[in-house]
Amino acid sequence: MRYNSYFRTIALLLGIALAFLACKKEAKEDLSDISIFLPSNFPAPYYNLSANPITPEGFALGRKLFYDPILSRDSSIACADCHISYSAFSHPDHGVSHGIEGLLGRRNAPAVQNLIWQKAYFWDGGVPEMDFIAINPIENPVEMDESPANVVKKLKRHPEYPALFRAAFPGRDTIDGPQMLMAFSQFMGALVSANSRYDHYVRKEAGGTLTAEELAGLETFKVKCSACHSTDLFTDNSYRNNGLLSTFTNDLGRFEISTIQEDIGKFKVPSLRNVELTSPYMHHGKIKTLEAAVEHYNSGVKDSPTLDPLLKQNGQLGIPLSTSEKQNLVAFLKTLTDQTFIRDTRFQKPE
Amino acid sequence: MKNFIFKTLFAFSAFALTLTACKKEDEGLSGTQSVIIEMDNRAGDDELVFGKNYKTANGDTVNFSLFNYYVSNFVLVKSDGSEYTVPKDECYFLVKHEDAASREIELKGIPAGDYKAVRFIIGVDSLKSIAPAGERTGVLDPTGAGAGMYWSWNAGYIFVKVEGTSPQAPINAGAGERIFQYHTGLFGGKDSPTLNNLKTVNLSTGSELIEVRSNHEASTVHTYVNILEMFTSPTNINVATNPLSHAGAFSKTVANNYADMFTLDHVHNHN
Ligand code: HEC
Ligand code: HEC
Repeated sequence: MRYNSYFRTIALLLGIALAFLACKKEAKEDLSDISIFLPSNFPAPYYNLSANPITPEGFALGRKLFYDPILSRDSSIACADCHISYSAFSHPDHGVSHGIEGLLGRRNAPAVQNLIWQKAYFWDGGVPEMDFIAINPIENPVEMDESPANVVKKLKRHPEYPALFRAAFPGRDTIDGPQMLMAFSQFMGALVSANSRYDHYVRKEAGGTLTAEELAGLETFKVKCSACHSTDLFTDNSYRNNGLLSTFTNDLGRFEISTIQEDIGKFKVPSLRNVELTSPYMHHGKIKTLEAAVEHYNSGVKDSPTLDPLLKQNGQLGIPLSTSEKQNLVAFLKTLTDQTFIRDTRFQKPE
Repeated sequence: MKNFIFKTLFAFSAFALTLTACKKEDEGLSGTQSVIIEMDNRAGDDELVFGKNYKTANGDTVNFSLFNYYVSNFVLVKSDGSEYTVPKDECYFLVKHEDAASREIELKGIPAGDYKAVRFIIGVDSLKSIAPAGERTGVLDPTGAGAGMYWSWNAGYIFVKVEGTSPQAPINAGAGERIFQYHTGLFGGKDSPTLNNLKTVNLSTGSELIEVRSNHEASTVHTYVNILEMFTSPTNINVATNPLSHAGAFSKTVANNYADMFTLDHVHNHN
């Protein structure tokens, strides 16, 4: 009896110690091999990686910033609140994003992935360099509503950040905005999604089998969709009007950047990677399901002066799709889901 | 005899040559010196003072509260037509009217010589406008010394930023006041075009040269910057109908107007 309780106490103590060790081990995450995955089925990246080479410290700093509400005026909202890892860093179930004080934006938060291959960012392509993405949501009055200069001040006063900046950018005497932006790029640039079943299929790797339905969908896609959703990034980086509206008033798209009349209603062709996870769809977030997004091309295309000519051939609006073609397309689009990407703990909130 | 004359002449000219060479040394014609471009902000014939009323060409009364601009990519043209380009990493300046020190632009390390013109860009050139974050330090850091001179949603620098009030301007819903705002930027876009409002300014010194000497104090190029030029030539701006201009099509009119707001008043050399 006495022995028994003695053993129990020891076992309990051991258990606690082990749990403690386990916790400690988890906290001590190893990022030493962090690198940017350049898949063989992608073209060469646009971003100049050599101007800002990724390091474990820079990546970890960028990630901490991405998950830290300190970037918003009242410390209420982080980048990661609108860009959630399990939905490929999009904002699931939010037509338009909800920012500081619950204020509504006017656009849907897209996935944050494969940024180094993009020529410009945001639906209108208003920011052509990855390094300068973060300033936009920080300053946006309905997102974080904070001045980037003030963010830098807050980071300087913070108990942890100064040491993290010194580790990431050795030799600089003080924290500054360019370092913050470079850290952001190191983290966001590493968010590469290229391990979907489709990728394994095109790279002829293990796990790369597609069903007959998916293969048929791929064939339809090549014929009917890939003019705009081209290459294995599934975008040609251009701005187009795919017929969502017949008049554009609330959001003029690329025109707001270029002031060219022909750009009214044109938006950046989005990548379709992880599209199964990024509902709702389109710049306005008004299309809720993949089926409805595909159906849009078949029966929902609206005419307007800037409608893309590919969606009005021989005077006929849209892209005719049979029921089976639509099913196959949806099945194919789901092969672009990358579980490795959304489960990669290195990309998730650090402890 | 002939020989002797030649020899003497030769010796003499050699002497003279060394003398001029020495004189050149003495006159500081080797080495470098700074040149100061003094930006004297004005409103017509008057000194620009914030809070004072001025009249535009259109007849509007304007009262300024902010006048900031980037000038960059300075080139100095020698009297023989050859050019000296200020190195890239030292050629960006942000002038803020309320910061007197920023109105004195020091171009450092200019090779000694006589210069007849200064050329520069109003704004930040397109290459720098798309450079990586690590190359946007100092006044080009939108989170630091360049704060307020950058558009985050149509990424790029605001080249010229003018704000104020005018009784002719309509009441602005946001501000609750009769304000005007002319924020002009746009460098032409990276892969897809936007407006290009970059303007090159050419200031000729006329008969007086900028005499850069390593053994004299820096010469000063006294430049008038007439803010009222932004409201006229080629197009008169009517504050009532166009009180605000940002990244829209109207910014082209504003930029075309301010392109000639810089004039060279005089050069001040020290000897
Ligand atoms: C309130 C929600 C919200 C917050 C907070 C937020 N974003 Fe976004 N993000 C959006 C929306 C909405 C868009 C699309 C806006 C547009 O296109 O104009 C977007 C677009 C983006 C894009 C563009 C992706 C592409 O492919 O074009 C990136 C990258 C991004 N955000 C990163 C960030 C970072 C970094 C932060 C933190 C500094 C952040 N976001 C904070 C909602 C948010
Ligand atoms: C003419 C060019 C073009 C063609 C052809 C085209 N798309 Fe698109 N697609 C776009 C544009 C542009 C958008 C974004 C439109 C917007 O939000 O304003 C888009 C958006 C989408 C979206 C929403 C993605 C998201 O993240 O919100 C899906 C899904 C999609 N397209 C699937 C398809 C399919 C399937 C086809 C073939 C049947 C196709 N597209 C053909 C240009 C095109």
